[in-house]
Amino acid sequence: MPEKARLMQGNEACTMAAIAAGLEFYAGYPITPSTEIAEICAEELPKVGGKFIQMEDEIGSISACIGASLTGAKAMTATSGPGFSLMQESIGYASLCEIPVVIIDVQRVGPSTGMPTSPAQGDLMQVRWGTHGDHPIIALAPGNVKECYELTFRAFELSEKYRVPVVVLTDEVIGHMREKVVLPDSEGYTIPRRAMPQSPAGYKPYAADPQGGVPLMAPFGTGYRWHCTGLFHDENGAPSSKPAVASALMRRLNLKIESKADELADCVAEGLEDCDIAVVSFGSSAMAALSAVRRSRSEGDKVGMLRLKTIWPFPSATVQRLLAPAKKILVPEMNLGQLALEIERAAGCERPVIRLGKVNGELFHPDEVFAAIKEAF
Amino acid sequence: MAEFLSYFRQDRLPHIWCPGCGNGTVTGALIRAIDKLGLDKNNIVVVSGIGCSSRAVGYLDFDTLHTTHGRAIAFATGVKLARPRLKVIVITGDGDSAAIGGNHLIHAARRNIDITTIIINNNIYGMTSGQASPMTPHGMLGTTAPYGNVEYNFDLCELAKAAGATYVARATTYHYVLLEDLISKALMHKGFAVVEALSQCPTYFGRKNKIGGAVDTLNWIKEQTVNVKAAAALPAEKRAGKILIGELHSVEKAEFTQQYLELIARVQRANPTYARNKGVPGCELNSD
Ligand SMILES: Cc1ncc(C[n+]2csc(CCOP(=O)(O)OP(=O)(O)O)c2C)c(N)n1
Ligand code: SF4
Ligand SMILES: [Mg+2]
Repeated sequence: MPEKARLMQGNEACTMAAIAAGLEFYAGYPITPSTEIAEICAEELPKVGGKFIQMEDEIGSISACIGASLTGAKAMTATSGPGFSLMQESIGYASLCEIPVVIIDVQRVGPSTGMPTSPAQGDLMQVRWGTHGDHPIIALAPGNVKECYELTFRAFELSEKYRVPVVVLTDEVIGHMREKVVLPDSEGYTIPRRAMPQSPAGYKPYAADPQGGVPLMAPFGTGYRWHCTGLFHDENGAPSSKPAVASALMRRLNLKIESKADELADCVAEGLEDCDIAVVSFGSSAMAALSAVRRSRSEGDKVGMLRLKTIWPFPSATVQRLLAPAKKILVPEMNLGQLALEIERAAGCERPVIRLGKVNGELFHPDEVFAAIKEAF
Repeated sequence: MAEFLSYFRQDRLPHIWCPGCGNGTVTGALIRAIDKLGLDKNNIVVVSGIGCSSRAVGYLDFDTLHTTHGRAIAFATGVKLARPRLKVIVITGDGDSAAIGGNHLIHAARRNIDITTIIINNNIYGMTSGQASPMTPHGMLGTTAPYGNVEYNFDLCELAKAAGATYVARATTYHYVLLEDLISKALMHKGFAVVEALSQCPTYFGRKNKIGGAVDTLNWIKEQTVNVKAAAALPAEKRAGKILIGELHSVEKAEFTQQYLELIARVQRANPTYARNKGVPGCELNSD
């Protein structure tokens, strides 16, 4: 397929990427600012033989996606704050039962109904810790429309590979922004499905392979007759409340993703090598941050920029290494300091981490970040 | 006996249920119905929520999905729509289906999706030790209705019918032969089918309400019911307050996943050149 330049919206880019990645099943419930994703799926999926269903709520949506994924289908849903909150219990189910599913969370201002048509980045911690218990999850944050495409594609790749829910964390501005995008040429490129067993004989649905810690997943309806349960379970999938079984399961599950944190790290660095001040941001806040950083540098200040594209698992070692030269770290984000907390933990030691939070529904203006950089010197 | 045991994961037995619980009776009726119909084990997915009743799936030798509280029908909707060729069965409790999962029940009925839903109604939350459920009758006791339930219970069959279910039936663990027969019919029905199985929880419902043990609770259930055919001949005063058992509703209506497959065919005919990017796995699993 020849490369094609198109003007498209972030939400549209996420959807087109999902379809290119082999999306077969979408279940969702309308919510601003994510609704276009459902609408495009309703229209496009039947054309490629895929299925779309508008469920009665977001709990039903994520649950239906998990059911579909268990039959081998690549499944996705999309939502925003209030719906993402409703999905949490079933996200935990997918984490524990190791069922691939992709969730696009187009963030809006909260808590509660908040400001439905205004952007925010307040789900950063919810995406990590929204469901109860320690659990694995991956979250990717695109910074522009092209990355909506790339990271949604990547979300399917990772979700299938690691059998884990992957959240693409965008926001109202990135979701609705239109940019010219040259679609990557995906000809000949296949996103492999989750690894499947060869034969039902002796199949153990939760026996980890020695390398990756990811068990083989048999699609329902193909003769394996296995049991999938949200109770803690042993290698055979049998419910168990034995401390040794619980501990082995929890450690394998969490290590499966945590141990890959630096392999999964994905970020864009600029001018960090000699910086006094490092600005760290993600998503749409990073657009204003980057232009402020460039302006500061053009005026001779030693400022660098780090934009994170993988948020979870948090790339601590990478962040530590890249931020090493900085004397101070400034974190502009559309919440009251959620990323800053994580930066403090990973790279804070004895350096001030300055929070530049914004929760009024407005994007950062480069001048605001520029002023904060000046003040930090 | 032996042939029925082959439907169970014998390494997962013994089960967790109390002596005299009705859950095993309903599970047995389902297995015998499946056996009688000669359904292919490898083509069946049984989905449940959370509760004593929902534990049944863990013992069954099919692909089984023990989900979150109330969401069994939503998970099952995903399974069925993704792979319409599969026979999808839900086992759920009265709390699971009528309280926390009530929304999914009525919407699956509205869609007329081909799922057989067996509701084990023991009038109580068994798993959490005897709290009132939406099916606890008015005036009766539960640990959260210590002075008698001031709320009213649903008529689940009327609810399912009104919401659009195309097959609705009710039996009890006392009327075992009827139960098995109605489950068979529900399994053969193309569309959303609900079988409400009135069942005994002697441990909490029976004891809390001073009905007695398992047999007494079973008799208490029996006393309240009358077969829908017999009821027609009864004078109004004898019918009053009785719960009808038997086949209560059965109509033919186009089924959801079949209609969706037809929609796909129609859309693809209108867009013949449309295809996925080459090299990206297509929908080979979607041929059904
Ligand atoms: C979200 C959530 N809320 C509450 C519970 C606790 N809980 C477990 S089972 C149950 C009630 C089950 O009642 P029912 O569906 O009637 O099943 P039974 O045990 O009577 O068969 C409750 C409230 C839970 N597991 N999850
Ligand atoms: S508590 Fe009630 S429903 Fe649960 S197993 Fe015991 S008798 Fe059955
Ligand atoms: Mg109950």
